Amino acid sequence: MKANALKQAMAKVSSAKISEAPYAAKGFHLEISVAPAEVAAAAAVLDREGFFIEAVTGVDWLGEQAAAEKAAKAAAAAAAKKAAASGEAAPAEPAPAVAPAIPAEDQFEVVYDFNHYEALCRVTMRVRVVRSTPEVPTISEIYPGANWHERETHDFFGIVFTGHPDLSPLLLPEDADFHPLRKDFQA
Amino acid sequence: MSVHPDVARVIGYVVGTIAFVALNASFLVWLERKVAGHIQRRIGPKEVGPFGIFQSLADGIKLMSKQLIVPEGADGLLFRLAPLLVMIPAVMVYVVIPFGPALVARDINMGILVIFAFASINVLGLLLGGWGSNNKYAVISATRAVSQNVAYEIPMLLTVVTLVMITHTMSLNQIVAQQPTIKDWYLFPWNGSIMLPIGFLIFFICSMAETNRAPFDLGEAESELVAGFHTEYAGMGFGLFFLGEYSNVFVGCALASIMFLGGWQCPFGLYPGVHWMLIKTYFLVFVVMWVRWTYPRTTLYGLLNLSWKVLIPFALLNLLVTAALLKVF
Amino acid sequence: MNVLAQDPALETFVLNMGPQHPATHGVLRVKLVLDGEYIVEAEPVLGYIHRMHEKMGENRTFAQFMPNTGRLDYLSALSYNHGYVCAVERAAGIGVPERAEYIRCITVELNRISSHLLWLGAYVLDLGGFTPLLYAFDDREILLDLLEGVTGARLTYCYFRFGGVYNDIDDDFVTGLKGFVKRMRTRLPMYHNLVTKNIILRKRLEDIGFITPELCRKYGATGPVARGSGIDYDVRRHEPYSVYPEFKFDIPVYPKGDSMARYLVRMDEIEQSLRIIEQGLDKLPSGPVMAEKVPKILKPPKGDYYHAVEAARGAFGVRLVSDGTNTPYRLKLRSPSFSNLSLFAEAAQGLLIADAIALMGSLDLVIPEIDR
Repeated sequence: MKANALKQAMAKVSSAKISEAPYAAKGFHLEISVAPAEVAAAAAVLDREGFFIEAVTGVDWLGEQAAAEKAAKAAAAAAAKKAAASGEAAPAEPAPAVAPAIPAEDQFEVVYDFNHYEALCRVTMRVRVVRSTPEVPTISEIYPGANWHERETHDFFGIVFTGHPDLSPLLLPEDADFHPLRKDFQA
Repeated sequence: MSVHPDVARVIGYVVGTIAFVALNASFLVWLERKVAGHIQRRIGPKEVGPFGIFQSLADGIKLMSKQLIVPEGADGLLFRLAPLLVMIPAVMVYVVIPFGPALVARDINMGILVIFAFASINVLGLLLGGWGSNNKYAVISATRAVSQNVAYEIPMLLTVVTLVMITHTMSLNQIVAQQPTIKDWYLFPWNGSIMLPIGFLIFFICSMAETNRAPFDLGEAESELVAGFHTEYAGMGFGLFFLGEYSNVFVGCALASIMFLGGWQCPFGLYPGVHWMLIKTYFLVFVVMWVRWTYPRTTLYGLLNLSWKVLIPFALLNLLVTAALLKVF
Repeated sequence: MNVLAQDPALETFVLNMGPQHPATHGVLRVKLVLDGEYIVEAEPVLGYIHRMHEKMGENRTFAQFMPNTGRLDYLSALSYNHGYVCAVERAAGIGVPERAEYIRCITVELNRISSHLLWLGAYVLDLGGFTPLLYAFDDREILLDLLEGVTGARLTYCYFRFGGVYNDIDDDFVTGLKGFVKRMRTRLPMYHNLVTKNIILRKRLEDIGFITPELCRKYGATGPVARGSGIDYDVRRHEPYSVYPEFKFDIPVYPKGDSMARYLVRMDEIEQSLRIIEQGLDKLPSGPVMAEKVPKILKPPKGDYYHAVEAARGAFGVRLVSDGTNTPYRLKLRSPSFSNLSLFAEAAQGLLIADAIALMGSLDLVIPEIDR
């Protein structure tokens, strides 16, 4: 119902990939992944559909690239071993069909949680940005409530929400220049 | 060496009045805490002396031993002057209050006027204290206190004028003398004007508001303005504000009992004297405390609306009806 | 009384309310720009009791983080216990015996009542009435004793475990609870007589501090704040968890959106919680209170999981990102008061200080939960 309506409405946002999640196991119904440039557009769609904002937060995927490369290498080695064993010529490239695309750089993930007052439909929107220049457009103009959540995410991860009116530390001390939830943060 | 009797009399009354004011205020503080305790299903002070009666004495010693801190940037003169401006008039008004037929320091035939003249200095003390503190809460509170006092003095004085029209005298002792038994109390509508009970009610509400008592304690509204005009006061500076408030409460209730409940006269015509005055006054004080611990605080506009839109029209009506009745009969 | 300032540029001054102020109930600071007593701008400043619970979560095992959840919202700690164990149980696929679910619901509702009672007292205290505070504490004391008997703590509970609860309830608790429900039923009309019907209180709450449903949605307000604005949203009903579908209870909703509406929602919720507790005691099944075979070291599969519960102040959500090890990779705690307070700046514009206090009190803030 609500999920289908949202899927149709979200079709306008070209980079949005929307998929259903198993609610009983995960606790949310829809997952949307969207390109950083279109965050505001996607939020506007959610706003039109009557969703309210629950939270904005980040996840630091430091080391993901290394892990993915390692996994890919291991897969390639296994494939090569298998190929050698079966006596065929080893393929030049590891099979890309199952392995996820290896990101060029480690990334932050910004997670937006939306929910609906009437329909039972939790939506998790994910945006990925590179760790070196973590910039995501703000949605605080669409959802004023996102203002504080984005400030908090900036506090904890150093993710810059471009266009945000005031990114000064909210929970951390006002002169804080560290981002404690980054995985490479040393106390 | 002989002392002129008049000088001895003055000294006696000064010492007596100040002693009474101080003891009475500390008794009222204790009473307030006991009353509050019992209203709130606890017992209140109990450690210092029997039933904790010396608790406020201990508190007083503690306050006196504290330093009077003048905050940085405050106006030192005004800041130190303000508590005195609150306390001195509060003591002065006791001069004309008749506690018994002869127990009055100076029986001036303008007693009521003296009391109101002195009582209106009180607000000046609050204003100066708030202004001199260099504290925004105190300034807000001071402006509140002024607008509140201005608003409530009008209906209060209108009511008193109405009563004086009936009594034909401003001497408090004579007003008491006119009410020998319960049926002569000016509380009742058959003693001059059918509006008298309303007059009593207006007077009582106004005296609560004038003394900044809950539910009209907007000046020190602790959940909004921390402590209002005495936010920055420590030690006995605060103590004087505190004593001033309690002695004003007592004066307000004493006036109400003199003007409407027959003062030191016995309701049944038996054994008039100071005990009746105290019984009536403390009963009214108890009512004031009872109200304080039952009601939440009004807001400033609620308070001013009550005065300008309800109390003043009723006080004027009271005045007009009484004047007409006096003219006709 | 929503008179906006005539010309705010002309005569305004800044008043720092807090971080130590009697009405902020903790260490919240609100920067007020005032025109006389009218609020031109209000800006809450947070972080004075920030403890970085989310970082602690990343450095501890799942079980070690349990006590932290009781220290977020110290007034309804059990709801936060509940939200966290539910999220971890969902991630790790742990089932909970039915008796344990009933005990969880009963104790959480008890905790909700104690939280609302304290709110009632503190709120009326904000409005200048001192006495109801002590009346409410009188009732709360019985409740805390009951909860102490079964959980071992009075405030910062750590009672739930993954797969159940740590201690079964005994007969003392059941009889004591029945007595309390009976007592509370007689006390509620007393509160209504003393507080709700009081003319001064009504004047201070009615038509003051409006929050529109749209404002709630834009800021993500939940709980009694949203329900006081006519939004029929309660996680217990909307997204049922535990054994809440088994109970008959109403969700009090008041459409007006003023402080009085939020006040009445909470008062009615006490009554509804009593109903849930009664039904819970009637239906309480026998059996174990801990699931068997809960692994000592939890390693939920990779992925992220979300679980929300209805705490006393609104929807509390836990987002758990697991990387398959015995510590959470990321633990996001979505606290209701954070969102509820964020709308204060907009809702307080143009109010008098006294009315802003009434508005702030009606949001029922617990600062440690906002600052985390």
